[in-house]
Amino acid sequence: MALRHFGAAAAFAVTVGMTASPALAVTEIQWWHAMTGANNDVIVKLANDFNASQSDFKVIPTYKGNYADTMNAGIAAFRAGNAPHIMQVFEVGTATMMAATGAVKPVYKLMADAGEKFDPKNYLSAITGYYSTSKGEMLSFPFNSSSTVMWVNLDELKKANVEIPKTWPETFEAAKKLHDNGHPTCGFSGSWITWVNLEQLSAWHNVPLASKANGLDGFDTVLEFNGPLQVKHLEKLVELQKDKTYDYAGRTNTGEGRFTSGECAIYLTSSAFFGNVKAQAKFAFNAVPMPYYPDVKGAPQNSIIGGASLWVMGGKSADEYKGVAKFLTFLSDTDRQVYIHKASGYLPITKAAYEKAKAEGFYKDQPYLETPLLELTNKEPTENSRGLRLGNMVQLRDVWSEEIEQALAGKKTAKQALDAAVERGNAMLRQFEKTAVK
Amino acid sequence: MQKQAIFQSKLLPYVLVAPQLAVVLIFFYWPALQAVIQSFLLQDAFGLSSNFVWFDNYIELFKDPAYFASIIRTFFFSFAIAVSSLSFALLLAVMADKPLRGSTLYRTLLIWPYAVAPPVVGVLWIFMLHPSLGVLARYLRGAGIDWNPLLNGDQAAALIILAAAWKQISYNFLFFLAGLQAIPKSVFEAAAIDGARPMRRFWTVTFPLLSPTIFFLLVVNIVYAFFDTFGIIDTMTRGGPGTSTVTLVYKVYSDGLLGGNLGSSAAQSVILMVMVIVLTGIQFRFVERKVTY
Repeated sequence: MALRHFGAAAAFAVTVGMTASPALAVTEIQWWHAMTGANNDVIVKLANDFNASQSDFKVIPTYKGNYADTMNAGIAAFRAGNAPHIMQVFEVGTATMMAATGAVKPVYKLMADAGEKFDPKNYLSAITGYYSTSKGEMLSFPFNSSSTVMWVNLDELKKANVEIPKTWPETFEAAKKLHDNGHPTCGFSGSWITWVNLEQLSAWHNVPLASKANGLDGFDTVLEFNGPLQVKHLEKLVELQKDKTYDYAGRTNTGEGRFTSGECAIYLTSSAFFGNVKAQAKFAFNAVPMPYYPDVKGAPQNSIIGGASLWVMGGKSADEYKGVAKFLTFLSDTDRQVYIHKASGYLPITKAAYEKAKAEGFYKDQPYLETPLLELTNKEPTENSRGLRLGNMVQLRDVWSEEIEQALAGKKTAKQALDAAVERGNAMLRQFEKTAVK
Repeated sequence: MQKQAIFQSKLLPYVLVAPQLAVVLIFFYWPALQAVIQSFLLQDAFGLSSNFVWFDNYIELFKDPAYFASIIRTFFFSFAIAVSSLSFALLLAVMADKPLRGSTLYRTLLIWPYAVAPPVVGVLWIFMLHPSLGVLARYLRGAGIDWNPLLNGDQAAALIILAAAWKQISYNFLFFLAGLQAIPKSVFEAAAIDGARPMRRFWTVTFPLLSPTIFFLLVVNIVYAFFDTFGIIDTMTRGGPGTSTVTLVYKVYSDGLLGGNLGSSAAQSVILMVMVIVLTGIQFRFVERKVTY
């Protein structure tokens, strides 16, 4: 009797198990990201739409703090053996991720293994160049990209009788006029001092920041940004800092409020600043291309990107990778890219999406959203403008900022500061090279 | 004679102590040991490759003049924070100790800031003194003072010290007030009858009787200035301008977590650990002698 009961119970358990199994077959895909506010809504919507579009996979987005926090959380999780499938990593973390052979699954390989249709040529090369090897193999999937633009307060410019400047000399001229006409504390300013005044400046003028195609061709790269152009530019900033024709606004973007409040009428920062400007600025504004030095031959070249990309972590099952690949294909869809572009202000990553937004007349109302794209696609990228890949980039930027701050404070000359920044940076690159997996 | 009788079993005391020992071993000695091991390794951020490099990480540190500058800076910051927050808290405590109307209310108000987390303190002061965001900064600039802690290292250092000391005042105040209230009134009365004026009464009666509290707070404050000011620095200056607000703890964080250089970061924490052990040793060996319990 007892045995028969047991048999019935076992049969029942098996039946339950079998009916439950289709539900268990859904493969979960963890997606760690650093997006807040409206951009977080975009991420959640993308995940929900993907989950509704098929029944085999389920993408679960998780907010993990700011970019650095998310990356640190991902690295810690990897060390503990439970990394997420997809991790959003900001552009300065690219070299660290790339050096971690075995910890990541390159996107081009992922797509090939999973048999997904994937042609890197469909994506904007100015964006994918940053995340590809010199052979054009895409290592991570671009997600949210931006670039440096010059935000201008059209009302204040008009009041001071200043035209929108196109070149650096014109910008300095305009800043002087603004400084003398109601802007004594700030003629012009900008965020992300090294990104704008070293990294973008070099690419925009087709001048190297570092050897080996700015590190894209190998970790044995050497910094070279103490050349005449960069020194001349910093010297000018130091000179203008004295009477606040230029006024330093910090290493990150904490100074951006100075533009929206009207204190600074010219402000160089990321195109992703658009959401805040749109919400807060009580004046007519626009975002125009970065200024250039007209005496540099061929300038302007093309700008490089900021923002983040999606890295696929290593050590997962083939089934999980299939889901990740399907999700990346889903993200590449033209209409979806147009939606992401409009909702977040970040750039579309495919050529088709850009064309579509243009055809829809989207940039007539919001010309400032096309500016970064025009900068990125201004010319075919060169060795000096394809992107940057330097190890320990977060720390490097801090060291460079330290030196630039000393120049602006008058403790060092521009040349001394940049020489020191190169020297200290090179020591850090050698340290990184030692630990990078060969 | 009766000592043996308390525990019948020889095992029982060990069993009773075991949980505490386990906690200490797992949460104090194990991580410390890990830090020591890590400090001999050169590892990439993901822990994929790791080389045993003996004392290379330490040698690199001692070759770096920036590291020495940060040691000196840390001592200066700690001293400035401890002295300013202790003296100001003592002043407040002495004033709050007087029998005044509504004293409970403002004693409570004085204690509140302690409940604020260091990063919040940083943000709070930024809203007052950041050159472009700050309310107070606007007045300072209006008054013709070139206030810009983003470029002026001395101003940035002053800002950190101010914010860090401000946060610690409440804590110190609480202990000073309790200490003051524990001093019997009859002592003051006797001194007053002898003709000692308030200042003299303070220095000859109150201060010596408060010395155990002062000593305790001095140790606590220095440890606080060494380790807990990290959140304030991170939110306010991120170590800048230049390196003028990089303290030892902040360097451990920025090299290890931001830079992914775990070996150097671990070496720095080991040095820091040794430093605090030595410092505490000195305090208890020499300063404690001057304390009358």
